[in-house]
Amino acid sequence: METFLQQIINGLVQGSIYALVALGYTMVYGIMGLINFAHGEVVMIGTLVAITVIGGLMAAGVPAVVAGGTGVLAAVVVCMAIGWWLERVAYRPLRHAPRLTPLITAIGMSIVLQNVAMIVWGRNYRTFPSLIRSESFEVAGASFTTVQVMIVSVSTLMMAGLLLLIYRTKLGMAMRATAQNPQVASLMGVNIDRVIAAAFVVGSALGAVAGVMVGSYYEIAHYQMGSMLGLKAFTAAVLGGIGNIAGAVAGGVLLGIIEALGAGYIGDLTHGFLGSHYQDIFAFIVLIGVLMFRPSGLFGEKTGDRA
Amino acid sequence: MMVENLSPPLLEARQVAKHFGGVKALRDVSLSIRQGEVYGLIGPNGAGKTTLFNCLTGLYVPDGGSFIFAGSPLAADAPHEAAARGIARTFQNIRLFGNMTALENVMVGRHLRTRAGVFGAIFRDPKTRAEEAAIQRRAEELLHYVGIADRAWDLANNLSYGDQRRLEIARALATEPKLLCLDEPAAGMNATETAELRRLIEGIRQDGTTVLLIEHDVKLVMGLCDRVAVLDYGEKICEDVPAAVQRDQRVIEAYLGGGHLA
Repeated sequence: METFLQQIINGLVQGSIYALVALGYTMVYGIMGLINFAHGEVVMIGTLVAITVIGGLMAAGVPAVVAGGTGVLAAVVVCMAIGWWLERVAYRPLRHAPRLTPLITAIGMSIVLQNVAMIVWGRNYRTFPSLIRSESFEVAGASFTTVQVMIVSVSTLMMAGLLLLIYRTKLGMAMRATAQNPQVASLMGVNIDRVIAAAFVVGSALGAVAGVMVGSYYEIAHYQMGSMLGLKAFTAAVLGGIGNIAGAVAGGVLLGIIEALGAGYIGDLTHGFLGSHYQDIFAFIVLIGVLMFRPSGLFGEKTGDRA
Repeated sequence: MMVENLSPPLLEARQVAKHFGGVKALRDVSLSIRQGEVYGLIGPNGAGKTTLFNCLTGLYVPDGGSFIFAGSPLAADAPHEAAARGIARTFQNIRLFGNMTALENVMVGRHLRTRAGVFGAIFRDPKTRAEEAAIQRRAEELLHYVGIADRAWDLANNLSYGDQRRLEIARALATEPKLLCLDEPAAGMNATETAELRRLIEGIRQDGTTVLLIEHDVKLVMGLCDRVAVLDYGEKICEDVPAAVQRDQRVIEAYLGGGHLA
């Protein structure tokens, strides 16, 4: 029972990171039907930018809070710029190309971003500077840290903000209109190019925040960390129904919990044959399962053909 | 008639041509629509009426000819630019944003005439909030104008057919068009709904918006339009006041098929 509660908490933390990243996938997919496989790499760059900025500032004697805030801001700005650039350079020219073309381009862009990151930050693991003295709390035998609490609350805030953006603002309305019928939205005066660029920029900003969280949670980062994280978040988006905002959140949290529970019990289940480091298989079991039995995901509706 | 001829053309189509493979959907169609009139565009199915709409609103790029709108050429290679110039349209097969409320559908139409962008959406400054409140007020007014104010919070998909057609008109009006293009607005309406639609279009004209109307309901066209053009096989075969069009021999043949059988 203690393992269970503990793993639920761990899963919730991991899951809220997945959810933030998954939102980036699902927003872009919802609006233009493209899976931006380079999104994981954007997150990775967010982590590394934050490490550089925070590390540099703290070495210069800047207080941790200021350094942390600046680091997050820098990561957000850099990632937004990369998201905008990706759309502009890689995807916009292929807007009317067959669907497979932008997909392959996305994989290409993720290789490009990985290599750029390798050149800039090197091949070695980088440690994330510790900003706050993490304290542990214990409730009913399960323990959690300040960092974990912060991760869950910041992601909750970000998701609430995104929902407000999408359902309460003019930009959000234009996004939903474009997702439903780009041609008609355009005839009503919505500039499709700008709406699509905004989806990339907003998704990348969420990804940057997720990147900082991953960094401060595992205290380690690497130029290849984006691909696995991206795949997991993509799985979360598919699990929730890709294109669906609420689905991405639910899928992310659910996937985090499934993974954590899997990691917690896999040893017992296989009598010690597989250890908790095999936790990654659960995400992919989920992905394969969803694609086989419910390709539209938990919240997804059947998408009709679009004009 | 003499007085009417003096008002300047709002839209001039100059020898607009469009073909799809070997099919000539529009053959050098020229017409001019005057400021403030209701201009009817009729013709048998497949005559090219909707194709002309699509060229005008930037959905298709014409293969020849040009449009002059409000005194300058219409370089409409993007639909949102045509909308920005002041051309709005509805669709023959209704194309609303089905999963959004009626109010939101109209609010999307206000997009063009308001300024707030990504920055405002994220930081919610007072100006942005005031603007969004104004967008909603204007959208509510427009719903009231077309007579479906009580359905504001219903999803567009859940509206009745007639109400969906009105909603399309409200959404088009939200862009503050100089020229409102209606593609078969009365299709599928019963007599009462058509009569209401007629009053609505008359009101729109009185408010100063020029209307281009594609319609099959002959009674509606003849009663409402100042002038009517007839398309047949992508060619304009007649352009005149309704009474004269009804007597035109080529028009009668086009509708009865006589001209092409001979």
